[in-house]
Amino acid sequence: MSTIKAPIPGVFYRRSSPDADPYVEEGGTVAVGQTIALIEVMKTFNEVKADASGTVRTFLIDDGEEVSMGEDIVELDGAGRDGA
Amino acid sequence: MSPLRRVLVANRGEIALRIIRACHERGIDAVAVYSTADKNSRWVQLADAAVHIGGSPAAKSYLNTEAVLAAAIETKADAIHPGYGFLAENAEFARKIGAAGLTFIGPPPEVIERMGDKAAARRTAAEAGVPIIPGSGPVADVDEALGAAEQIGYPLLVKASAGGGGRGIRPVASAEDVPEVFATARAEAAAAFGDGTLYLERALTQARHIEVQVLADNHGSVVHTYERDCSVQRRRQKLIEEAPAPDLDAALRDEICASAARLAAHVGYRGAGTVEFLLAEDGSFYFMEMNTRIQVEHPVSECVTGVDLVAEQLRIAAGDRLSVTQDQISLDGTAIELRINAEDAENGFQPTPGDLVRYDIPGGPGVRVDTGFVAGDRISPFYDSMIAKLICWGADREQAIARAQQALRELGIDGVPTAVPLYLRVLDNPEFGKGAVHTGWLENWLS
Repeated sequence: MSTIKAPIPGVFYRRSSPDADPYVEEGGTVAVGQTIALIEVMKTFNEVKADASGTVRTFLIDDGEEVSMGEDIVELDGAGRDGA
Repeated sequence: MSPLRRVLVANRGEIALRIIRACHERGIDAVAVYSTADKNSRWVQLADAAVHIGGSPAAKSYLNTEAVLAAAIETKADAIHPGYGFLAENAEFARKIGAAGLTFIGPPPEVIERMGDKAAARRTAAEAGVPIIPGSGPVADVDEALGAAEQIGYPLLVKASAGGGGRGIRPVASAEDVPEVFATARAEAAAAFGDGTLYLERALTQARHIEVQVLADNHGSVVHTYERDCSVQRRRQKLIEEAPAPDLDAALRDEICASAARLAAHVGYRGAGTVEFLLAEDGSFYFMEMNTRIQVEHPVSECVTGVDLVAEQLRIAAGDRLSVTQDQISLDGTAIELRINAEDAENGFQPTPGDLVRYDIPGGPGVRVDTGFVAGDRISPFYDSMIAKLICWGADREQAIARAQQALRELGIDGVPTAVPLYLRVLDNPEFGKGAVHTGWLENWLS
């Protein structure tokens, strides 16, 4: 198990717009470099890219909640950082 | 309409404080609203009452129309001032306020809607005899876009009908870029504005951003308080604004300002608004958009005309006449505004939250500082990055610039990065000194 951390502080979003599907569902897989969330800081939206691959066990932050820099945002199972 | 006794200020930061001050000057009570993050803010303390309206993210507080309206009803406010941003150009919000028997301090909802839809605004400007940039109506698909682009000529801009404030705009250099840009722009517009409608417009290069402040009351009076030049921009975000526009021919100034007033009259405008134009090198000017609210940079117009724009908004909302007629409004000196944002100019202007560990504010003749913060406050990640506006007036442009340089040197901010070092270089730049820089100038100079 590993986690992906918030690279910047702000407001955490799991989808590109309120009506869109989440970038990734719990139970879904992510690859290194894949966009998994947005963090809004001072009205600019920054994509959060996975720095590990694996299966999403759980999101630790709710959609629309504040996140601090370095805070864990998602837990991955079977994670690897080799780009696999 | 009846006299205002109590106004709810549906905003935060410097503009909330600006409105509270204007209310108090006119003997009106001001009610603040605040999010969790803004609990101990300066403007909340200075208001006569304050209501917590929700969590820190703007969607839960300052954009929460139900919570704002409930706060107004609970505190027995008779009007709501939306400031700029947030709900200021939300016609539905204005309508709800009216339906609740309160006054929205701004134009009628139909006017907000009409001027907020970029394609409708263009048509309206053309009807009023105001020049518009050659462009298309809404284009449905890539083929239609290519056909329209052929007529307009390249380079051009793909714009979102529902966009504004510099957002939802993408440049296209040639026909081969059209399919990709069109697809991306449509997806972006749908995601950002909930409306994927696009249109095309010729890209004017080396043009200046000139905007005209207008005021309209309920007694048929429409005036302008002259223009502002907001050409010092980065990525279509204004950084430095001044009034009047430097090196602008007097006859051209009158023509541009008269166009703005004509458009305001044509749409049945009420309150304070701004008509934005692009001024090309050859002296031709074109309508860009209308902002149906008070603007961030309104103080420079106040400094050179002596007209208190927020006080006029309150007069108009109360059903009073404007305090001035057009022939009583004249220009005196130059005012320059510098936006002090928590942004790292050395690092792509990355917005950077943090604590105002030190916050020393400049002063002296001709120096006005509009800010909602005091030392020790946190510049939070939830809202825009603006900390303060330095507005410096001089009897002439040289004096305004000299005072702005001194004010920047006096401003002491520790805890967050700002563009102060960059601004000092801009004010020292001979091209800026000559006046009349275009909207791409700063980015060219930076790169």
